Amino acid sequence: MLQEQELKTFVEGTTNYFEIAAQQPASVGSPYLVTEGAPAVHDYTGIIRISGRREGVVYFTAPKAMLTVLLMKMQENDFSHENMRDLVGEVANTISGNARRDFGNEFVISVPSVLAGEQSQPPRVPGARSFVIPINWRSHSAKLVVALK
Amino acid sequence: MTRGNGTSALGAVSAGSALRRRLKLLIVDDSNIVRRRIERSQQFDSIEVVGSASNGVEALELFRATDPDLVTMDLTMPQMDGIECIARLVALKPAVRILVISALADKATAVDAMEKGANGFLNKPFTDRQLNEAIAELLRGR
Repeated sequence: MLQEQELKTFVEGTTNYFEIAAQQPASVGSPYLVTEGAPAVHDYTGIIRISGRREGVVYFTAPKAMLTVLLMKMQENDFSHENMRDLVGEVANTISGNARRDFGNEFVISVPSVLAGEQSQPPRVPGARSFVIPINWRSHSAKLVVALK
Repeated sequence: MTRGNGTSALGAVSAGSALRRRLKLLIVDDSNIVRRRIERSQQFDSIEVVGSASNGVEALELFRATDPDLVTMDLTMPQMDGIECIARLVALKPAVRILVISALADKATAVDAMEKGANGFLNKPFTDRQLNEAIAELLRGR
């Protein structure tokens, strides 16, 4: 069962990115559980794989429109596909860093990988349920998905 | 780099120029966004960005070619990670000042980087102010 502190670490890693990099905090929507299948993804998804005390994946998935505005807020004027990938990778990297700080060696965390396209699918974790935490920023909404067993 | 010999007027001018020359900064990070952000946000007239690399192997090549005084270094990178790259850069030029800029926020990683020869540590994500304060701290240590 996912513990509250674990969830908090992943959520803070995500909201922290918006607050510092874009100087504008994100808010967290009501979390929900997906018990069958996998939650739908947006245009770009940054993924970290976790093993050790827990096994599974954590990913941040966001629509292109949100990432474009986020890049603008960061004074970036290159809105290329590569920079979109780069950005979700950096968010995943921040989530990973937070997890290493809070969980130490209990969690073995992979280098982030990135998927692009709504048809792409993050790796399934048999036996794990997906907690979906909406991340709202300005008029946009992304998702943080935590699927650990 | 021009160095004066201190025995002629020309030598004195050269020495003055050398003292006033801008410090060369090499940026190493696998994220294009972060590399551009550092280049754009650093506000020191005394610093000139001489190159940016997306992994440790590329960083070593650029380091040899540009002989930088300062380096900002990511840790998680393909081909050669930041920790190994720091050790190699310090072996090439012990006087180089290295600021680690990484999302890896745990103490063990910071200690490891410092032991390899890094001089400062800045967590990602960072604000412009945090970046400039960290660079200022790096310069104070020269």
